[in-house]
Amino acid sequence: MNKEIGIHIEGLSKRYGEGATAVDALKEVNMSVAPGEVVGLIGPSGSGKTTLLKCLGAVIEPTQGRMTLGGDVIYDNGWRISDLRVLRRDSIGFIFQAPYLIPFLDVTDNVALLPMLAGRPNGEARARSLELLQALDVAHRASAQPSELSGGEQQRVSIARALANKPPVILADEPTAPLDSERALAVMRILNQMATQYHTAIIVVTHDEKIIPTFKRIYHIRDGRTFEEAGEGRALQ
Amino acid sequence: MINLAGRDILHSWSKFVLTGLGLGLLIGVTFTMAGVYRGMVDDAKVMLNNSGADLWVVQKDTLGPYAESSSIPDDIYRGILGMRGMAQAANVSYLTMQVRKGDTDVRAMVVGFEPGQPGEPSYLVAGRRITRSHYEAVADLKTGFAVGDRIRIRRHEYAVVGLTRRMVSSGGDPMIFIPLKDAQEAQFLKDNDAIVNQRARIAANPALNRPGVPGLLEAINASQTSNRNVNAVLVRVADGHSPETVAQDIRRWKHLQAFIRAQMEDILIAKLIATAARQIAMFLVILTIVSAAIVAFIIYTMTLGKIREIAVLKLIGTHNRTIAGMILQQALGLGLIGFAVGKIAATIWGPFFPRYILLEPGDAVRGFVIVMVVCTLASTLAIRAALKVDPATAIGG
Repeated sequence: MNKEIGIHIEGLSKRYGEGATAVDALKEVNMSVAPGEVVGLIGPSGSGKTTLLKCLGAVIEPTQGRMTLGGDVIYDNGWRISDLRVLRRDSIGFIFQAPYLIPFLDVTDNVALLPMLAGRPNGEARARSLELLQALDVAHRASAQPSELSGGEQQRVSIARALANKPPVILADEPTAPLDSERALAVMRILNQMATQYHTAIIVVTHDEKIIPTFKRIYHIRDGRTFEEAGEGRALQ
Repeated sequence: MINLAGRDILHSWSKFVLTGLGLGLLIGVTFTMAGVYRGMVDDAKVMLNNSGADLWVVQKDTLGPYAESSSIPDDIYRGILGMRGMAQAANVSYLTMQVRKGDTDVRAMVVGFEPGQPGEPSYLVAGRRITRSHYEAVADLKTGFAVGDRIRIRRHEYAVVGLTRRMVSSGGDPMIFIPLKDAQEAQFLKDNDAIVNQRARIAANPALNRPGVPGLLEAINASQTSNRNVNAVLVRVADGHSPETVAQDIRRWKHLQAFIRAQMEDILIAKLIATAARQIAMFLVILTIVSAAIVAFIIYTMTLGKIREIAVLKLIGTHNRTIAGMILQQALGLGLIGFAVGKIAATIWGPFFPRYILLEPGDAVRGFVIVMVVCTLASTLAIRAALKVDPATAIGG
């Protein structure tokens, strides 16, 4: 996998149901995100954002199209990868609206779990976890339980978890929705910083108008079709 | 790799331990029920062992003296003793009754025996053996009597001179040993009013009170007043003789029923306590099903409470077998806590039961295996629910 290429999709469609009741959730969507880039994916409810995110995350199968990740074709009118679980584990990071940390693991192990699942030794996985926690400024809470963290800290830990296996792409599903303006912008600052530092392509699905001006590039999605627009790319201090 | 089940248990250990405690008490009841059955079987075997007999000779066509009533003349043992292969033969009588103990009474089996003969308590834990012909008793500890206490049985008082242990009837009643003659009297002698009434009836019967036959009425009255019957003759077979062969001879020549040890065990265990055993078996099956349902319900509820986490775990690439393993380990962990609590509880409360509770190590091993199997089966419902979780549910709506 070539991490210099990022994620690229062409003519991706998704149809739910068959015959008269069929619904085309995605209609020949095109999208390309380079490593180190953070793009926004914006659209009203029911526009197909979540469906696109699930297709990109290899949790539902598109109906047709082509999708490459790090230069490797992962979908071309059918999955080209035999084990999607391994693909999700090693090549895609996920950040959710709520942090969804595992409540019975401490902060270090929440992040270290992914490298461990990938077969890394415990020591190496924990070292990677601490490195990311340090980068995200939550290393001082490394041994805390998720329930002991503030909302902002939890979201930073979830970002660290998404980065744990050094994936070429991270999919963020409304990561700033529960946060106030200041914290939302802080999360975007971190995502931009991490994208640059770890050379990761990040797609942020959002409704949040506070953070829309921070994107340099935005994909609008409406009725299952995307169109690209240049964003303001407001500097994040 | 992190042990997810262990971490989850540690994270919510109080909930887990309390659940395990509740399950453990249920398992403890199950163990105790099994112990009740084992105790009944053991009581029966100990009773046969302690009697020191190789053969039980009883009334023909009966399963006496424990499972059915049996009555045979008390001089018949002499004839038996004269047969080939005999070492010892002695009369015994058994009578289950309420024995006064202070202001209350205790249910006991009163055993009449001849000192030095089969049927005598095999060992004492306090006091001495019976040395007088009348009015002395040896009691089982479970009667609650102490050496020096006085027991009233029917018309007479007996002094407790010795105590024994684990001498109970197949019904679990502790035994009180008294001299055979006293026991015969206690069992068969009628009260004075009954004797007077019977004498009047005999005297009123012209066939039994003939004017021309002096002494007939007195002889009939004398024979009716005393009863020289016993319930069984216990036989000890001489070395070199087969109990089965000796029993066959007794059956053939004395027209009595004779049981060897194996037959008597079969009567006590397979017949006498069979209904109780079936009852206990039903309880065991129900308790096992209830335990399984509880484990299944608890594990299923715990799993449903983690559906979102399971979806996230699956989304980030956790293998299905890791998630199934986590649930299975939790179920087994619950079973392990339950087993430990149950075993300890049954051991603690066992001695307080009125009947002997025998907790065999083999039953504990079997119980452990059953608990683990039940927990494994019970976890399948939760595992099925977890494996059906769509990782896509972690994303969006």
